[in-house]
Amino acid sequence: MEMKETIVEKLKKNFGDTVQDVTDFRNELSITIASNKIVDVAKFLKEDPELEFVMCKDVTAIDWATRKNRFTVVYHVYSFKNNYFLRLKSNIVEETPVIDSVTSIWPSANWYERETFDMYGIVFNNHPDLRRMYMPEGFQYHPLRKDFPVLGIPGSLPLPEKI
Amino acid sequence: MVQRSTIYSDEKLIKKLLEDKDLTIEDALDNEMVINMGPQHPATHGVLRLVLRLDGETVLSALPELGYLHRGYEKMAEDMSYIEFIPHTDRLDYTGTMCNNVAYVLAVEKLLGIEAPKRAQYIRMMIAELSRLTAHMVAIGTYAMDVGAVTMVMWTFREREKIQEIFDRLAGARFTTSYTRIGGVASDADSVTIKMVRDFLDQFHSALDEMDKLLLGNKIFIDRLEGIGVLSKEDAIALGITGPNLRASGVAYDIRRAKPYLFYNEMDFNIPTYTDGDCLARYWLRGDEVRESVKILYQILDKLPQGEILANEPKHTLAHKAEIYTKMEELIHDFMIINYGINPPVGDVFFSAENPKGELGFYIVSNGSGHPWKMKIRSPSFCNLQSIAQLCKGAMISDVIAIIGSLDPVMGEADK
Repeated sequence: MEMKETIVEKLKKNFGDTVQDVTDFRNELSITIASNKIVDVAKFLKEDPELEFVMCKDVTAIDWATRKNRFTVVYHVYSFKNNYFLRLKSNIVEETPVIDSVTSIWPSANWYERETFDMYGIVFNNHPDLRRMYMPEGFQYHPLRKDFPVLGIPGSLPLPEKI
Repeated sequence: MVQRSTIYSDEKLIKKLLEDKDLTIEDALDNEMVINMGPQHPATHGVLRLVLRLDGETVLSALPELGYLHRGYEKMAEDMSYIEFIPHTDRLDYTGTMCNNVAYVLAVEKLLGIEAPKRAQYIRMMIAELSRLTAHMVAIGTYAMDVGAVTMVMWTFREREKIQEIFDRLAGARFTTSYTRIGGVASDADSVTIKMVRDFLDQFHSALDEMDKLLLGNKIFIDRLEGIGVLSKEDAIALGITGPNLRASGVAYDIRRAKPYLFYNEMDFNIPTYTDGDCLARYWLRGDEVRESVKILYQILDKLPQGEILANEPKHTLAHKAEIYTKMEELIHDFMIINYGINPPVGDVFFSAENPKGELGFYIVSNGSGHPWKMKIRSPSFCNLQSIAQLCKGAMISDVIAIIGSLDPVMGEADK
């Protein structure tokens, strides 16, 4: 319980209004951060001597389909020192799905962000190697967006010609 | 020269060979070369493709390419009910299927806020540890085969076969088990199954010692692994490595200890760690983990409580078929669950379990309906593969095989 308050207090003290929302569901703390400050917050969380969130376990996104802020980018980070697990969220709009990359802070985010780009079309600024992870190069769509049908789009994947 | 002309019928080529007297094999290998390894390659454990840039035999850079086994499970999960997705978790890490089943239902139970009865939890723990044994048997066996010790794979698969028989009796399938249910397990472990587990464990010790003798006295095996592919502690954490690969680099991080789930907090076991971080340490660590799992299994067998195997949560768990056919209440709940789903509360949870390959996490976002709004699978093999580029840099081309084998990726999981 104590750890939660420490984290929220520290973030609010250092970043003020950047911290938009704090939720606690099933004993998991998630903090919503303004999307333009994500790298600063990441750097702070990693380097603060009391927190030391040194490992980024996962980066993904949620497509809300009808909301004004259509995408939420979700980061799962872990602190060995406190044995504590934190979720960071950041909302971005549909028209310009762009957010800064945290690869410079957590190198493991490299592939996670590539995967998120592949699946949702979210562009990560300053990413060292932003290519598709799973889908072939030249594929036009982003499969995990809600407007992509589960059965796929006929003709979207180039197949060998029939003999 | 007469002999040579009989071999080479091309007169132009013979002339060139005669004129260029200094042409040696080094000339051919002197320049940088790009070779494509995989996706169809026996030593890449599936369909992993590596593009290697070589200078002679030294790897200058390695570029892993994934996606050859991408089946879109995260997309499929959004169109399925929570119960329908259980069989698909088998196909993630197909060497340790039961661990995936357990991790998934625990994630859904965390979202629902329910808990399975104690006996079900113990059975889950038992099958998860047995499954860890099968996965490590495959890992050790194929790893030894990759670096040239072919006998080992026969011995490990012999032991694995005995565990598969236990799964066959318990779940009705050897490989695609789908054994766990939301709120419990599919069937009870009877006395015959318990005896099979105990008999297996009793003879497993001597089999393990035999395997150790076979490999550790093998100088070729040791020489090929020692000091190869060294991953430092800091790099391992920065690259998000988990599981045996992280512990071989000296970080004693095991989710069974850090965030105990099931009843691992009641079990007495060690977390083996090595500080070398090389391929040999990763091999030894898996052997040590197998011994710890055996220790846990004995404790489970001794402590296994009696009782129910399915939680009494009619709105969230499917009742047994015999009850559905004979009782009105169960029939109604069955109808509601099948047609409308188990409807967890609005929210999102991340649950991760210690799998043979590392930390398998499920991030589930619920909007209150019968389908998950989003499900993200944090697969350990995917994260562990991220270190390949760094480990292969500067290694010899034959070491690439040893490095892939030591990281032990399963592509079914890495590609989802």
